[in-house]
Amino acid sequence: MRRTLVTLVGALVAALALAAGAATAPTQTTSLTIYSGREEQLVAPIMDRFTKETGIELKVRYASSSALATALVEEGGNSPADVFWSQEPGLLGLVAARGLLARLPQATVGKVPSRFSTRSRRWVGTSGRSRVLVYNTDELRPNDLPASVWGLSGAKWKGKIGIAPTNASFQAFLAATIHLFGESRVRAWLEGLKANDVRFYPNNTTVVQAVGRGDVEVGLVNHYYLYNLLADTPTLPVKNYWFRDGDPGNLVLAAGAGIVAASEKSATARRFVDFLLSKTAQRLIARGRGAAEYPLVKGVPRRPGLPALNTIEGPRYNLGRLSVDLAPAVRMLLDEGFIK
Amino acid sequence: MSGRAAAAAATPGRRAPWPLVVVAAVVALGALLPLAYLTVRAFSADEGARALVPLRTTLDLTWDTAILALGVVAATLVVGLPFAWLVVRTDLPGRRLWGLAGSLPLVIPSFVAALALLSAFAPRGLLQEVLEPLGVERLPEIRGYWGSLVALTLATYPYVYLLAASGLRSVDPSAEDAARSLGAGRVRVFALVTLPALRPSLAAASMLVGLYVLSDFGVVSLMGYSTLTTGIYARYESLLALESAAILALVLVALALGLVLVVSRFRLGGAIYRSTPGAGRPVAPVRLGAWRWPALAFCTTVIGFFLVLPIGVLLWWAVTADPITGRAEVAWTSALHSASMAGLTAIVAAALVLPAAILAWRYPSPVSRWLERITLLPSALPGIAVALALVFLGARVGAPLYGSLGLLLAAYVIRFMPYGLASTRASLDAVSPRLEEAARSLGRRPLNATFSVVLPLTRSGILAGAALVFLSTIKELPATLLLKPIGFETLATEIWRGTAIGAYSAVAPSALLLIAIATPLVYALSWRNAWELGAAD
Repeated sequence: MRRTLVTLVGALVAALALAAGAATAPTQTTSLTIYSGREEQLVAPIMDRFTKETGIELKVRYASSSALATALVEEGGNSPADVFWSQEPGLLGLVAARGLLARLPQATVGKVPSRFSTRSRRWVGTSGRSRVLVYNTDELRPNDLPASVWGLSGAKWKGKIGIAPTNASFQAFLAATIHLFGESRVRAWLEGLKANDVRFYPNNTTVVQAVGRGDVEVGLVNHYYLYNLLADTPTLPVKNYWFRDGDPGNLVLAAGAGIVAASEKSATARRFVDFLLSKTAQRLIARGRGAAEYPLVKGVPRRPGLPALNTIEGPRYNLGRLSVDLAPAVRMLLDEGFIK
Repeated sequence: MSGRAAAAAATPGRRAPWPLVVVAAVVALGALLPLAYLTVRAFSADEGARALVPLRTTLDLTWDTAILALGVVAATLVVGLPFAWLVVRTDLPGRRLWGLAGSLPLVIPSFVAALALLSAFAPRGLLQEVLEPLGVERLPEIRGYWGSLVALTLATYPYVYLLAASGLRSVDPSAEDAARSLGAGRVRVFALVTLPALRPSLAAASMLVGLYVLSDFGVVSLMGYSTLTTGIYARYESLLALESAAILALVLVALALGLVLVVSRFRLGGAIYRSTPGAGRPVAPVRLGAWRWPALAFCTTVIGFFLVLPIGVLLWWAVTADPITGRAEVAWTSALHSASMAGLTAIVAAALVLPAAILAWRYPSPVSRWLERITLLPSALPGIAVALALVFLGARVGAPLYGSLGLLLAAYVIRFMPYGLASTRASLDAVSPRLEEAARSLGRRPLNATFSVVLPLTRSGILAGAALVFLSTIKELPATLLLKPIGFETLATEIWRGTAIGAYSAVAPSALLLIAIATPLVYALSWRNAWELGAAD
């Protein structure tokens, strides 16, 4: 019994030592550590291309953007990360506000429209994603849908709406809307949703799935989740719907990247961020398998079938404001019982 | 009754062997790390951070969490105890198979199980499609409190079942025989002898179920039910509000402490000790006769609902996937990583909790009781809180360890050793301290007496505990993602990669592989030995 146990422990440790060795061994001349909140399936081809073009090895930790942002805060000055690539502009803003992101060169930030970065240049948008309404095509036709996101508080939608109130994109939408239209109008809208028995889901993907299953008929999400799910389930009876031009429900958000202030390889890290804004990478972001985000750099076409970014123009809102505007939005969600 | 038991276990004036105390103290210190980190964070909260945890919300969340935990504990007892009795004590046809199948739901990550239930029961879900021709127009919807209750019962009834089964094997048959020879009927024997003897096991299992429910995020978030844990996640996600999250985490710890204290009151009922490992004389199985049909129906429902349904949905995803989007290849390396890390964690945890368990059992004192309780607490915390504590300490204090497997192992052990502790403790409670005293009176030294006389009697419980640690570790995700060496993939991270973008077809192979790995190991860790020990056949 005792010998079996010793053998077993020995074997396990040996297996792990080999595995850990394999995981860390090929340390080339240069390498970068990337914290990626962007999903591996979507961005791995971009990472591979960077290594192929530059010979710089990438060590990528994949997790949710919020977990990685929190880890960056807890690591502080000792973070092993060189670059933080986040799904959410709000998280980038909050990490930057804690002094954890370095300033980017104007040449880098200048590659994208100014509303996709901040004046202090702590992060830069790498792709655009629009807020949309998804609807169940078995239950509804586009002309059944409201012209504006405000319309969802109408009694017609009772029991039919799904949202993800803890999701950062939903909160960003709410923050922008509060900034643009004032607190009382947004609060009244939330109360309308509540009177409509709006249903809460943990994230965008589960909202789209719920609409597909028919749990609810419409849901407020980002536009590209549908394409990920359609790649897997082509028969999913769900479509994207954009509200009328300039509607806050069409807010365009961005995924973005920043260089960690503690990084000792900021020059190499800048090469990576610049690469994300190259036509090669932007094409992969916009057109890769299951990908459907908006490229932010001029001259890169969007995925066919998507409406042009300027035809779905959402409200005018600088995403750099989110680090300030998010807190009131979250407090309102707490007040109204949307998050607990 | 309980006073007598405590008096029997306690031997006042005898000092605990110092090696046990040292190890138990170090282990408790490890368990205190996340609590210390959370305390520091909670007390650095400024006004803005406190505004994100209004009193009313906190009370609501605490209440909602508590009633869910109570509900799931009750439901798992209703499912797990009869299941254990049927498998261990009766001539139920195919009971070895039922026995193995009954523990497997533990390896299905709870969010996968919840997702499977949701997919199956949705208005346009799989079951609806199957049942439509039969005239079923709308299935009851699984969501909110009841949805969480069902999915969490699915995920945790094996704790009750495994510990109750281990307890049933340890009940000294001579006590039951004595009762029967005195004229008690079968039901009376069960109520007056077997059930009281099972109290330590059932108390331990209820505690594990409760702690699991407190820490769960996967199920409740999918079911749209708010608990302290979803509150903690919401605060991390929303504003990087670490301090606000820490405040709620401390409330969760307080709730867990309450649970641990309540359960420890129930642990010792009538003291019914076993005297031999039981190999001497097998218990004759209860003949079910015609009752075997309802019994089989019960087992079929439990396994069908809690194992076959989720696996069926996984297979459905695998089969219906569009091949172009990449049906994931089977991740053998990740499987090896998962199995080795979970195996190592199980062994380390089982060994580390022994001193605390022995101290609490044999040398009860405020110190030994608190060492045990502290060790139990971290398992009530959501994984992300434990992970961030180690991120903080690893990056700022233990830099060379940061990003190594050692730190990941530490996180696993801290999160899951309570499963080993509770199980070991439950089996120790069934051993009379007199046995150890007898060994010592025959000249054995204290530690020697414990290890050579007492431990063999508790082997079933220790192994069941190791199995529980293994099964919990192999599906762990939040700490794995933040603490693993970069490039070190496990089956849980493979599953997460798929679900993160909703590519459920890609999830199926890894999830099925997880079950495939766990099956023989669970068998080897708990069942084979269990059958050797005092089983009926």
